Amino acid sequence: MNNRIIIVPCFNEDGCIKSVIEEIASHQPAAEVVVINDGSTDMTSQAARSTGTASVIDLPVNLGVGGAVQTGFKFAHKRKADYAIKVDGDGQHPAAAVDSLLLPLMNGEADLVIASRFLSPNMGYQSSFSRRIGSKVIQWLCQMLTGIRITDPTSGYRAYNSRAISFMARHYPTFDYPEPEEIVLAARNGLRIIEIPVEMRDRQAGISTISSSMSIYYMLKVTLAMIFIFLRPIEKIKE
Amino acid sequence: MLAGMEKIQLIAILGSIFFMIGVIELIRRKQIKEAYALLWLIFGTVFVVFSIWKKGLDFIASLVGVYYPPALLFLVMMVAIVLILIQFSVVISRNNDKVKNLAQEIALLKKQIEDENKPGNKN
Repeated sequence: MNNRIIIVPCFNEDGCIKSVIEEIASHQPAAEVVVINDGSTDMTSQAARSTGTASVIDLPVNLGVGGAVQTGFKFAHKRKADYAIKVDGDGQHPAAAVDSLLLPLMNGEADLVIASRFLSPNMGYQSSFSRRIGSKVIQWLCQMLTGIRITDPTSGYRAYNSRAISFMARHYPTFDYPEPEEIVLAARNGLRIIEIPVEMRDRQAGISTISSSMSIYYMLKVTLAMIFIFLRPIEKIKE
Repeated sequence: MLAGMEKIQLIAILGSIFFMIGVIELIRRKQIKEAYALLWLIFGTVFVVFSIWKKGLDFIASLVGVYYPPALLFLVMMVAIVLILIQFSVVISRNNDKVKNLAQEIALLKKQIEDENKPGNKN
């Protein structure tokens, strides 16, 4: 049996973190669920601990999504995990899909698997119109920079093998919205990426990290970050 | 030499010397690290030199084709400020990274201690 770690980064999600953890635990009883509490000001940490099934890592200060997720990779790397799955703490990612995310990794077809809500034949949650446009722009940029077509570049629901874990533990983009950047970084450094269809839900509680007034700023930042990652030298991946 | 000196030149000399003394004092008291003070010192020196050696400024201005010599001083000053600000951005970014790594390390260590203190742990 391989050991798998499920990384759940969260910031002020005490409304639904419990149900997220319980859902994961019911589908993946053998996996270690690690909640990375990114300096929440609410009861996220206590709520996560109260389940008794999750390991909780409390960051002393708020680092942003990138810093929190990287903490998860550092932890997984320390535990010598074979696989890591990243699930958002807001309940959008159905835990039932974990096994299908892991499949391409176990078959050695990929190092990084992304769950795409747009590949899915059944619609499920597909987000607002303006966000889909933004998604298209990022997708196009991704393809220009890496040659890979990713239908859902902002999806945070992803799985990593040990090779990807060790790489991300050291080089994860420490950015507020690291998902698109992560694709360029991974592709540039020789990690194989595969997308699989997963039906997503609308968030259960809390608010999106990207408000509409911030979306132009977000697009600019993401675009810049992706281009600069492309311009940087390639890192050596330690096996 | 002092007889033919204009009032503004005297102010410039005093001003730039006071500036240099200020920077040196801050370094001496370890309020600025030497590495970061280097740019301040270099440009402070430039200003001291040119406020005393006014002919030098005129000479260099004519050499590079600046018709109004004090404009050269402004240019040098702006270049200095931009360089120093870039240096600040670099230092801040580096510090951000260090703070991030420290915070992650603390969080991971706290977790490790928690695990070790848990009753019935295998270690």
